[in-house]
Amino acid sequence: MASAVLKGGAGRIRRSLVTLTFIGPALLGLAIFLIYPLIAAIYFSFTRFDMFNPPVWVGLDFWKYVLFDDPTVRIAAKNTLVFVVLMVPARMVGALLTAMLLNAMKRSRSIYRTLFYLPALAPPVTATIAFVLLLKPGTGPVNTLLAKLGIEGPGWFNDPNWAKASLTLLALWGVGDLMIIFVAALLDVPQDLYEAASLDGANRWQKFRFVTLPTISPVLLFATITGVIGTLNYFTQAAVAGSVASGQVTSGSGIAGTFGYPENSTLTYPMRLYSIGFSNNLFGAANVMAVILFVVSMGATLILLRRFKAFTGGGR
Amino acid sequence: MNRKQNFLGFVARHAIGIALAVMFLAPIVFLFLTSFMTSNQTLTSNFWPQTWHPGNYAEAFQKAPLLRYIGNTFLYAILATVFMVVSSVPAAYALSKLKWRGRNLTMILIICMMMLPPQVTTVPLYMMWANAGLTGSLWPLILPMLLGDAFSIFLLRQFLVTIPDEYLDAARVDGAGEWRTLLRVIVPMARPGIAAAAMFQFFYAWNDYYGPFLYTSENQESWTISLGLASFRSLHHVEWHLVSAATLLTMVPVIVLFFFAQKAFVEGVTLTGVKG
Repeated sequence: MASAVLKGGAGRIRRSLVTLTFIGPALLGLAIFLIYPLIAAIYFSFTRFDMFNPPVWVGLDFWKYVLFDDPTVRIAAKNTLVFVVLMVPARMVGALLTAMLLNAMKRSRSIYRTLFYLPALAPPVTATIAFVLLLKPGTGPVNTLLAKLGIEGPGWFNDPNWAKASLTLLALWGVGDLMIIFVAALLDVPQDLYEAASLDGANRWQKFRFVTLPTISPVLLFATITGVIGTLNYFTQAAVAGSVASGQVTSGSGIAGTFGYPENSTLTYPMRLYSIGFSNNLFGAANVMAVILFVVSMGATLILLRRFKAFTGGGR
Repeated sequence: MNRKQNFLGFVARHAIGIALAVMFLAPIVFLFLTSFMTSNQTLTSNFWPQTWHPGNYAEAFQKAPLLRYIGNTFLYAILATVFMVVSSVPAAYALSKLKWRGRNLTMILIICMMMLPPQVTTVPLYMMWANAGLTGSLWPLILPMLLGDAFSIFLLRQFLVTIPDEYLDAARVDGAGEWRTLLRVIVPMARPGIAAAAMFQFFYAWNDYYGPFLYTSENQESWTISLGLASFRSLHHVEWHLVSAATLLTMVPVIVLFFFAQKAFVEGVTLTGVKG
């Protein structure tokens, strides 16, 4: 449609050049920040190297090391999987329930939406520090309230059995971004479908199950997969919570010393990837971990790309 | 009967709504109250400050170079945002409104890049920046924005596809070139989308911890507020009142920006949710 105005060879070349000036920088960016580091990571995963000397080919040594010999990698991978299983469903259900509540409101919807959304704006470091303070064992306000109810509060971030649950609560607190997406999706469900369902005698649950869920399922899928990928690179909150709750003096990269506090219960895969490279100087092993992380995340992305039309079709 | 039910529903909804709002706001309120307490009181289980100490804020600034951290963070956030807009708006235009070979492949690569955990490329990119002598500064996080940002391109493209082609055709019939069309037609119409993308970029940089942690850990001169705060607590470990004061301050720019541009922001979040 659009090309009806300019036709002929010279025009076409000129148009290609103009297009290139628009997209060229982005293509260069993809080459430098996506293609090159991916290929380099695969190559480095077969080598031993530090930052200063040329890499030495060691074949599968680091692959063997990461897959079989380093128990900490396994702990970190397991923790990350537990976080995926805990946080993704918790956030999905939390966001959906609050979004449905908001959509049942009329005039007050936007006020509540802002209030529920505010925590999602808090910088992750801020939010994490606030939660460590809130859940301080003994004197923290949550345990103080529990004590008034006659319940002895848990050690939260200081108890390896509770640290993951504490981080999940923190993730749930910032659920507002997902909630806004769901509010919009719910508003798009055609009202006449509900009316038709009512005429068929459907109750509330049936309307939710057979009208709401199927209509918003593309958004749910998108949110699930982006949630899984987001949790696979979960780093900041776990690193800061460990450092702040441990109460040890750490600053800058010294924070790696408190990674996983308490007892490796919050050590995530990306945290181990960082420390195995930058603290243990096993950059080959770090790249093995990176390649594995890449394969897992791209698996999830491929599922999304099968719905490629949702991205490129123009939507409407 | 029906009216009574409606009324009960109204009360129930607002009861749940208010309870949830209290839960969502409690951590921030508690941080606020703690920031006015004395050091000793933070070790007790009282919620309410016995005496209010606004001086804690000044003391927090004395205990750590917060002003420099804030300045670094603003520099990072503002430059990254400006660079992103300059490079990503034309890219999003090419991906949504121009036809060229390789367009779909480029779009797939951009989605892959958007979904790629940053840790995957950490080591090769760190080496690249170390060779360029730029580790220890925030430039490794700022300069790449000149070559577009995958998430922003995606977001802007989602916005631009909603602009009808007729506007572009009209501009072309009038003899406008592509640059002119972009600057005079697309940019003004896409202002809300650009505002949303810019805010996301600003927030991202302002909140970013992993990037500054990776590149500036060893050089405290370049620390951002996220990095400074995370170590603030461990350097002054029992002083929760100062930590709370400093921590709250990091939320101020975000909240101010949000209240000024709430509409664009909510639209932006919605666009990233991808309608099926």
